[in-house]
Amino acid sequence: MFTIFGVPSAVLFGQLLIGLINGSFYALLSLGLAVIFGMLNIINFTHGAQYMLGAVAAYLLLNVVGIGYWPALIIAPILVGASGILIERLFLQWLYKLDHLYGLLLTFGIALIIEGVGRNYLGTAGLPYTLPDSLRGGNNLGFMYLPNYRAWVICVSLVVCFGTWFAIERTRLGAYLRAATENPTLVRAFGINVPKMITLTYGFGVALAAFAGVMAAPIYNVSPNMGSELIIVVFAVVVIGGMGSILGAIVSGFGLGVVEGLTKVFYPEASNTVIFLVMAIVLLVRPAGLFGRRT
Amino acid sequence: MEQTVNPIAQKTSMFGTQSQTIAFVVLVSVLLAAPFVTYPPFLMECMCFALFALAFNLLIGYVGLLSFGHALYFGWASYMSAHAAKDWGLSPELAILTGTATAAVCGLVAGSLAIRRQGIYFAMITLALAQMMYFVALRAKFTGGEDGIQAVPRGHLFGVLSLDNDATMYGFVFVIFIAAFLFIYRVIHSPFGEVLRAIRENELRAISLGYKTDRYKLMAFVLSATLAGLAGAIKALVVQIASLTDVYWPMSGEVVLMTLVGGLGTIFGPIVGSFVILAMQYKLAWMGQWVLVIQGVIFVVCVLLFRRGIVGELANVLRIKL
Repeated sequence: MFTIFGVPSAVLFGQLLIGLINGSFYALLSLGLAVIFGMLNIINFTHGAQYMLGAVAAYLLLNVVGIGYWPALIIAPILVGASGILIERLFLQWLYKLDHLYGLLLTFGIALIIEGVGRNYLGTAGLPYTLPDSLRGGNNLGFMYLPNYRAWVICVSLVVCFGTWFAIERTRLGAYLRAATENPTLVRAFGINVPKMITLTYGFGVALAAFAGVMAAPIYNVSPNMGSELIIVVFAVVVIGGMGSILGAIVSGFGLGVVEGLTKVFYPEASNTVIFLVMAIVLLVRPAGLFGRRT
Repeated sequence: MEQTVNPIAQKTSMFGTQSQTIAFVVLVSVLLAAPFVTYPPFLMECMCFALFALAFNLLIGYVGLLSFGHALYFGWASYMSAHAAKDWGLSPELAILTGTATAAVCGLVAGSLAIRRQGIYFAMITLALAQMMYFVALRAKFTGGEDGIQAVPRGHLFGVLSLDNDATMYGFVFVIFIAAFLFIYRVIHSPFGEVLRAIRENELRAISLGYKTDRYKLMAFVLSATLAGLAGAIKALVVQIASLTDVYWPMSGEVVLMTLVGGLGTIFGPIVGSFVILAMQYKLAWMGQWVLVIQGVIFVVCVLLFRRGIVGELANVLRIKL
């Protein structure tokens, strides 16, 4: 062990690791928000609640049905994604012609409903989720101790983030998606079922949030409030990165997680506020966001 | 938002339209009669929230800007007013002024950041800035953290009139509320208000007509934050406590809900909405967390089926302007 700027390396790298973990969740969630916003023109305030639903689904699968972490990683996002498709068909589809703000208000209302129901049945204390044996333990890297699960979360998030980027920017389906974002009427004229694509996009974005929730379950306690605070931070991340670019969402998500982690080491008092401060500075210097196009 | 009534077709009176004059008279008489029927502290709290919602409506209803962080101004004004009254020993009118001024400064800073982005980003920025100031309030020494500032003295108005008596306090809150309401009415119907509406309808066109729309938006934002602060500052003296609830994000959501239920962009809507929501919260307090679910359902129902709100629907049915 050694010290950097008077800080023991284990502390510094430990916080950096926590920063990267938080950054993975910021990246996954802001990615979902950006994808949904691109197609639906709606800011999905329910995103935090759907992240929480993912964690709750994993918890219930384990403790009620007896299905472990690995299947839950697939099943929970599918379940929550399906509920998202239901929300889109029942509610959101009526709002596309209206002002953006109604979409925000509606999804805020749905978030309140989900969180309220969660608080009634789960309590606010938080429930622990036990890790699978295969992901326990960790390695001593010399300068820090790396728990296996945390390494796993970072790697999987990176893979999922870049997989999404690849699917949207480099595949045929992604090309349809981008085209429909630019000009839905024209794409429809080419015989592509745009409304169905919109529904599936929402389902996919929601599933992404739920996936992040399953991965978060063993790290944080599963509680009904876990999404609401996180989603506000993610909003700030989205303002900083701009929603125009998928890569921008990923980079700013991880980057801001690291910034937050470093702040915890050097000036812990500001660790809760630093992302918001960065947002204020970005708004002053580059109002369109770091990766955004000027609107 | 929907303008369905042609204002020219109506008879005008000293108050703009006759229907508004009647509604105003009804409002004043109800507020004067209500303390004999209902618990006055509840009514005072209602008036504070009504003023808060009126201030919020100034932005969303007349400029088309959705601020999702109005708890910042309400809550911080409430803290500063409580702090000034309790720890500095200021008289109530100066304590309220301190709180209101704090909100104005916060509004100036947050507003000049938020108006740099349009539409949906505006809502996210205001929400994020409010969350930041929530953490500041959580950490700051003078706010008392989780406990808040308790047992705030109401003091003596201008050093003479004791406000500990609920009747006197009610009169004081009533006078400020009506004065603030008339002020907001004046602002909306001034040339300044017309420009704000022009920005809401078509900002690019307003710019092309030579209006510096950013300046107008900022002025409206500061005005709205200041009035929200006034509401928060009074509330601290009414309920004699300033706490984290007032500055936390659900409070920002609540004021949106009140305005939405009453009717966005109507003059009397926010008042009706806040009375309805507060009454609901009191009546349903026994249901605990289910109140949150009910509020969520109201949001969904209002957005899908009931976008004009109570007052907006009423005005539409009666073909009048309210």
